[in-house]
Amino acid sequence: MAGPTTRTVKEIKVDIDKCTGCRACEMACSAYHAQPRYSSINPAKSRIRVVTDELNDEYVPIRAGDYTRAECSGRHVYTINGKEYSECSFCRASCPSREYFIEPDSGLPMKCDMCESVPALDEPMCVKVCVADALIYVEREVEREEKPQPTRGQIEFGLESLVGQFGMEAVIESLVKMSKAREH
Amino acid sequence: MRYAETGFDLEIDLSRGSIEKVATDPDLAELYLGGQGSAAKMLFERVPPETDAFSPDNLLIFSAGLLHGTPVPAANRTAVNTISPQTNLMSHSLFGGFFGPELKYAGYDKIVIRGKAPDLVYLYIHNDKVEIRDATHLRGKGCTETGDLLKKELKDQQIQVAAIGLAGENRVYMASIDHNHASAARGVGVVMGDKRLKAIAVRGTKDLNIAKPAELFELSQKLHQRIGESDDNGDWMAVDEDDSFHHNHFAWGNARTRIKNYWSDELQERWKNWKYDHMDRQTGCYNCPKKCRNVIKWPGRPRFAYKCFGKDTYHMAAFLELDFSYEILGVAQEYGVDSYSTPQVIAFALELLEAGILTDKDFPDMPGDSRGRFFYLLEKIVRREGIGDILADSVSHAAKRIGNGAEAYDHNTTKKFEQLPIKLGKVNPAYFLMIATGEKMSITQIEGSFPQDPLPTKEEREAFVSKWEAVPDEKFKRYFLEWEKRNDMSDQATCDIVDWNEAMHYIDDSIGLCGFVSSFRGQFGGGVAYHMNNIPQLISLATGMEMDKEKLWKAFQRIRTLVRAVNVRRGLRRKDERPPEDHWAVRDEASEQELLSKYYEFKGWNHEGIPTRQTLERLDLAYVADDLEQRGILAVGEKRSARAPAAEAVKI
Repeated sequence: MAGPTTRTVKEIKVDIDKCTGCRACEMACSAYHAQPRYSSINPAKSRIRVVTDELNDEYVPIRAGDYTRAECSGRHVYTINGKEYSECSFCRASCPSREYFIEPDSGLPMKCDMCESVPALDEPMCVKVCVADALIYVEREVEREEKPQPTRGQIEFGLESLVGQFGMEAVIESLVKMSKAREH
Repeated sequence: MRYAETGFDLEIDLSRGSIEKVATDPDLAELYLGGQGSAAKMLFERVPPETDAFSPDNLLIFSAGLLHGTPVPAANRTAVNTISPQTNLMSHSLFGGFFGPELKYAGYDKIVIRGKAPDLVYLYIHNDKVEIRDATHLRGKGCTETGDLLKKELKDQQIQVAAIGLAGENRVYMASIDHNHASAARGVGVVMGDKRLKAIAVRGTKDLNIAKPAELFELSQKLHQRIGESDDNGDWMAVDEDDSFHHNHFAWGNARTRIKNYWSDELQERWKNWKYDHMDRQTGCYNCPKKCRNVIKWPGRPRFAYKCFGKDTYHMAAFLELDFSYEILGVAQEYGVDSYSTPQVIAFALELLEAGILTDKDFPDMPGDSRGRFFYLLEKIVRREGIGDILADSVSHAAKRIGNGAEAYDHNTTKKFEQLPIKLGKVNPAYFLMIATGEKMSITQIEGSFPQDPLPTKEEREAFVSKWEAVPDEKFKRYFLEWEKRNDMSDQATCDIVDWNEAMHYIDDSIGLCGFVSSFRGQFGGGVAYHMNNIPQLISLATGMEMDKEKLWKAFQRIRTLVRAVNVRRGLRRKDERPPEDHWAVRDEASEQELLSKYYEFKGWNHEGIPTRQTLERLDLAYVADDLEQRGILAVGEKRSARAPAAEAVKI
């Protein structure tokens, strides 16, 4: 392999103290992702949502992340500057416990694509419209670290523990099966 | 396909428990735009003048504006209209936040409520699923608290809730409808309470279609940036700590006392510390780059938010300081009472006590200090307990019920509605007309496009008009250039200026724009984002209708005339069009009445302030003329101009 390579990490920095809760980001996101572009507005189809709780003075913009099939088994409640936040306020998952990031017409999960398009935008739409500067777009070059090759000793150590648990025969049988499956 | 509008209204009958989704006539948008404009048409056609405000036949209409839900920034003020028990006229009310746009995304332009529920209910709207639900468990709950409970009950944090508090439940005339720290005031909470409707919870996940999407989005984004960067838009009082204007010039107590040199640097510093030591953040309404609302958490009191003069009314009525307003506002907002009229009602009661018209027996166990008395009376009013039951009917009605000379202390109302506590020297002709003929009750809902004061030098005036994009006609630049003394303005110019001021409010309240980027804000600095020269294009791009300045101006005239027709049918006449007698110290009845006549004539109204058939027909309102003639309000074939006295007084 050649020397170390780099890749671009796209980040949105969120300053929740600056969020005014106006949801212009949701409006703009839904317009940008409408087909054809801008043809309809529907914040429920936005890939960014401002989690809002007036009583608790809570305004947290979150962008849609990965789809998850199940709710988490237990949640944290964070206290930040005297205000309690459920873990869900920061969680980006499209998850069965809430309606965020589920396309209302199809029920399919949505995910933020950072407005990657041709021609490319200089920054995602949600950031463009956030005049409060609660959302700041940052691009960062990071070095791609080369993954070290596993040593022979590591493989043997793993196999020995499998042999100890299931017996040599069963392990050999499984390896044969796996290699045959790969041939096909 | 309908663009910008959904094309459907939701019709709810709380007596019968029925829910209907009704398709609307697409042609109406061209004539009445939407929001308050089309609500006025409904009130004219469906609520006959004999109908009492507390009748089940009175309608309570929540309207999204024509531009709500589109990318147009700051289009988010929901209009609430009904017949007010306080004025017996059409109620004009607005609240900011997120409700109107959410209603559009749920697939409706309006919610029209008639009838009365047998007990407290709330309305739940989730797209096509609409339910009238039991709300007895919410009885007595605060406005924001109700919103919070409903979000939990319905397991959806994204629901938008408009609710009444204890004041609305108890039919207090000053009751407001609250949503997201914004209040719909001026006579709507009382009717919602009378209909036993505790709250409306809306959730919408449908697309709103735009006629010319790419063009509208691009233009909207430019406006968004411009409004965000501009000091000429939004509520500067959210950030300007110098509030000497209201404190030195407005009247304290029961709109009585001016304290001309009240403000000081020391006071400003102290108040600023109170604010920033207790402010959580500043928030904005849907899709608006401004952050006009200061969110305050005062120890031991509910969190609340305020805007503009709303932070001054309580402490000025009580002769106290800002910390008192901060202490009481959270409590008052949860009870759901209008922060403009309520402090005046309380100050009025305390004045009656001082004058001996009411006595200590009327106020059992009331504390001796002003702070304690305001809290005491707030509690009495929202519960309608003892003297509170009378005061809950607002100053004018309370004065009549109390009698014994109390009427003389009802000195700051017009059309039975509490006006801003302003007491000045010489009559300002434009303000005379606006307060006299205004049907939005508060001057803040009528003034706003033409500056309040002239600039001192010709150079300053020239510089001002050179960048004045908002003027609908060049004549306004001429008026401003020639204007040197505040009270010295030709009658023609006065009529034109009042008309323009009104026009912007009537348009905003129909298309849903916020006055702080449009109708109210141009008077301060002139650089307002929305005006007659760009709104027509926005309407065209959003809706696909052809719209231009002339057509929009005519729509304003149509809506304004229709509102007047609703009210003249309910008895509004020239005699009612009087600003408070002590609003100005120096008055001249003859010249004021002369100006009023000229204004009626300018508007195409007769001597009594009733639109003539000719005017109504020109505005496509022949059906209104027919109705007014049938009722004997307009004489058949009447052609009298405003300046000729009416042959006989019209009575209904």
